[in-house]
Amino acid sequence: MKKKVAGFVIRSEEIAMDIYSLWIETELAKDAKPGQFVGVFTNDKSAILPRPISICEVSDDKTALRLVYRVVGKGTKEFSHLHAGRRLQLLGVLGNGFPVEEAQGKHAVLMGGGIGVPPIVELAKVLSGKGGEEAPIAKQVTAVIGYRDAGTFLLEELQQYAKVVIATDDGSLGTKGTVIDALNANDISPDLIYSCGPMPMLRGIKNWAEAKNIPAYISLEERMACGVGACLGCVCKTKNVDHHSHVNNARICTDGPVFDSREVEI
Amino acid sequence: MASQKISIAGVEFKNPVVTASGTFGSGMEYGEFVDLNKLGGVVTKGVANVPWPGNPTPRVTEVYGGMLNAIGLQNPGIDVFIERDLAFLRDYDTNVIVNVCGKSVQDYLDVVERLNDTDIDMMEINISCPNVKEGAIAFGQKAESVFDITKKIKDVAKKPVIMKLSPNVTDITEMAKAAEAAGADAISLINTLTGMKIDINRRAFALANKTGGMSGPAIKPIAVRMVYQCAHAVKIPIIGMGGISCAEDAIEFMMAGATAVAAGAMNFVNPYLTEEIVDGIEAFMIKNKIEDINEIIGCVD
Repeated sequence: MKKKVAGFVIRSEEIAMDIYSLWIETELAKDAKPGQFVGVFTNDKSAILPRPISICEVSDDKTALRLVYRVVGKGTKEFSHLHAGRRLQLLGVLGNGFPVEEAQGKHAVLMGGGIGVPPIVELAKVLSGKGGEEAPIAKQVTAVIGYRDAGTFLLEELQQYAKVVIATDDGSLGTKGTVIDALNANDISPDLIYSCGPMPMLRGIKNWAEAKNIPAYISLEERMACGVGACLGCVCKTKNVDHHSHVNNARICTDGPVFDSREVEI
Repeated sequence: MASQKISIAGVEFKNPVVTASGTFGSGMEYGEFVDLNKLGGVVTKGVANVPWPGNPTPRVTEVYGGMLNAIGLQNPGIDVFIERDLAFLRDYDTNVIVNVCGKSVQDYLDVVERLNDTDIDMMEINISCPNVKEGAIAFGQKAESVFDITKKIKDVAKKPVIMKLSPNVTDITEMAKAAEAAGADAISLINTLTGMKIDINRRAFALANKTGGMSGPAIKPIAVRMVYQCAHAVKIPIIGMGGISCAEDAIEFMMAGATAVAAGAMNFVNPYLTEEIVDGIEAFMIKNKIEDINEIIGCVD
């Protein structure tokens, strides 16, 4: 059940250049799953639309969400100035999330790039059974993560739940190149892939996975307005005629954001 | 008991609050947030005779106090619409108003004929979408074209016809008068205002379509003015819309001359908006001892 509710800031901090972490106490945490997102509203009435931000972590007691985002405009700029105790409005939880059950007993490889890394954290946590505290879903969890340079973020969190391999654009850390270069350089053989990141990376993963016949679930993003499937702003091309649009246009906010790579044309 | 009942072309509405086409799907998505039974009516997303794929993305972008959209009237076509969307809406006690779009007069007539055989309450004819290259707004920017298409639709339609007007004209009252003269049962206004936004960092248009229709609170004063002008130009009822974000805004439109009001883009900001407007109008009526909402329609003169 989707709702628009108030949330309260627990902690806000910059964790890398222009990358902020925001822990929010909210009832939405109760039902949040990895790969889902929330719409965050600004207090600036001139900036009306909710900002779609992926869920990075859910607190163990399911009363708080962690959002990690990059400051890109006036909305996210405002969020970066939020102090503990401040109230903000949230719409959620939105989207379908990663199909975690598909990883049952398998080697799951989680590939995140840039600001696509945050949702990979909660996914790694769930697939690994919180790093072994609970019964894991996946047999093995490897995270292959790409950054621009050595200015990394969320690495420590990921290392609690997965074996982590890094790629950087400038080669200052890990493999120089893409996450696929890092995958090859480290001889990693996924049974299935989950991924979130920039479109060129997702395109590369889609092609790589399909050539090897490995299932890949990719999380897409697009400019959106309503976040609930009504406005038809955030569509992506699908291979087959989908049940909703009948014109090969799935809604990223509700039919996604996570898609089987074989079902979408990107 | 304050009565919010209004009537348009013989169709009774339990209250004057409806949804603006394209912002509410066919009600399924917002049915999670509001009780559709509490609304005066649901105006659906535009539907054509065949499925339309719509425009490339990005299709939406935010602007100061509002947004631009260039969805391009993506829709699944009338067959799927009747089978799925109308079947869904039938279970609710609310008026169903179907928005109709087309690229040619014949496209519109095809949809109108199909809808004649259904149990919908009214049709709203979209001759004002600024985001498609053929049809739509091409019929809505000259009085003669408005007259012509309205007449052809009225000759065929077996349900009351609402013509939805564009604000992207020199004088909207000319379009209102043309629609009335051709037999339209009501008019609705305003559709979105054509706008543009440039992303200065990418040196590119924010929308793939370059231009988009502007909606949201920033356009409200323009919409209120146009509703007022049209209310003085024609006798047929007006459904007013443009940036409505609360009951007070809705009341403002009614005082300007609208018989009913539609909530649009602000549904995206407040998914509970439509129901809150109904409750807010009631509170206003009680506070101001208004027994019948019809008292305030066009009361500012």
